[in-house]
Amino acid sequence: MNPFQYTRSSAASGAIQSLVKEPQAHFLAGGTNLIDLIKMGVLRPERLVDINALPLRGIEAIAGGLRIGALASNSEVADHPLVLQDYPLLAQAINAGASPQLRNMATVGGNIMQRTRCNYFFDTAMPCNKRSPGSGCGALDGYNRMHALFGASEKCIAVNPSDMNVALTALEAVVHVKGPKRDRKIAFSDFHRLPGDHPEKDNTLERTELIISVDLPANSFNRHVHYLKVRDRTSFAFALISVAAALDLEGDKIKGARLAMGGVAHKPWRLHGAEAFLLGKTSGEDVFRQAARIAMQGAKAYKYNQFKLTLAPNAILQALKTASSLG
Amino acid sequence: MSKRRNAPPEGKDLLKGSRRDFLKQSSLLSAAALTPGTLIRAANEQWDEKVADAFEKLPLNLEVNGVKYSVNVEPRVTLLDLLREQLNLTGSKKGCDRGQCGACTVHVNGVRINSCLSLALCNEGKKVTTIEGLAKGDVLHPMQEAFIKHDGFQCGYCTSGQIMSAVALVKEGRTQSPGEISEFMSGNICRCGAYSNIVKAIQEVKNSQS
Repeated sequence: MNPFQYTRSSAASGAIQSLVKEPQAHFLAGGTNLIDLIKMGVLRPERLVDINALPLRGIEAIAGGLRIGALASNSEVADHPLVLQDYPLLAQAINAGASPQLRNMATVGGNIMQRTRCNYFFDTAMPCNKRSPGSGCGALDGYNRMHALFGASEKCIAVNPSDMNVALTALEAVVHVKGPKRDRKIAFSDFHRLPGDHPEKDNTLERTELIISVDLPANSFNRHVHYLKVRDRTSFAFALISVAAALDLEGDKIKGARLAMGGVAHKPWRLHGAEAFLLGKTSGEDVFRQAARIAMQGAKAYKYNQFKLTLAPNAILQALKTASSLG
Repeated sequence: MSKRRNAPPEGKDLLKGSRRDFLKQSSLLSAAALTPGTLIRAANEQWDEKVADAFEKLPLNLEVNGVKYSVNVEPRVTLLDLLREQLNLTGSKKGCDRGQCGACTVHVNGVRINSCLSLALCNEGKKVTTIEGLAKGDVLHPMQEAFIKHDGFQCGYCTSGQIMSAVALVKEGRTQSPGEISEFMSGNICRCGAYSNIVKAIQEVKNSQS
């Protein structure tokens, strides 16, 4: 790791000011991604501002939903009784990611900010517009097996690696952030962005803004949910494809549906078209299959990820079947 | 158990600024004021490095296996490197150094983590338990006994991490089935493939407790 300075912060405003003053300073929370990136030489911060002492760990019921502090660990969220009761999809998604040790360290805010796992981003010998704007995309004509099907650009075809983010998209979470001048909230679907001409920007958060909490609105998606993750190993691997499926069922009738996919785009990929199609239908394999077909419209594969064009709709179908208890 | 160990005091407040600033300043000073003979001696004895190190280190207090330590560490030192290099607790292993293999697993405030991805300075005031802290004198921890009984290792490199993870796993209650044990031990890789025996060892400890 390059040498850097270290500050332990006791107040959010002070931590934010540290980043305002120093352009090469970074917030440090769980560190499971940041320390890794510094070791690889992908990031070379001059100062780390340790925010772990900030009082942002709480998980509490609020009017109309649940508030999760940005520094709550992934394990604390996945094991929390209110999450298990009202947002089991989130608990499933979190437990599908990383390992128990990493989930004990990683925070909710940090997981939202997690960088892509594209090998060309991690390997400083390779071109990557996200790491080094203008250097080109190594993945575009490279070994792009893990890469995007939707919303990519010629500049970047990397995917967002987080499982938690896929569930938060489906659950329409709201991210509360604090900046040097003002506080604001960002709808989860507006938080991450597509690469376009600026793949170096993963999201719409300003560099000096700090995530304070993630709010989950109350919903009726607490019974028929499933997070399906397809990966190269049984456990502890990033998703080739993942699907967060949640249904609000009255008997067989679909009163509401939420669907999102991971491993397919630069941001967690909400399947609005498929959701709209499912509304009012009777749940069943044919209906689910049609929804999956709608979800795949506009998909574009590259040389080595063609298999995802088959895997993705099959995963959507299976996630919906499991969520609706069809098997 | 509270024998206290203090590292020698170091002048962290004497000079504010980065190592780079210090080296720049000290090089200028050296060029201006020192005779060639002194310069060569300074270079040979790496004075710049030694002095810069002292200025950059920050104080850290933490407890490891019941022993309180007050040390000075550079910000980029991980908890794993602190344990192994400064505290001479080499039971925690460095495998991948990237949070992928689990050989460095320790408990911090009772929770298992990858010590290779935790900066030492992030552990101020915390209680760390390493593999060296499991046995009570000559009496091994039940998980250590079970690993021996069931041959839960071959080369042994991942074993301290496996055992630390397994002890935490039993406490977490994720031992309902072999499948659940495997899933919640997935952060510990074993190249020798002792997995099935590790699961047996964990089941034995779990059953002896229920």
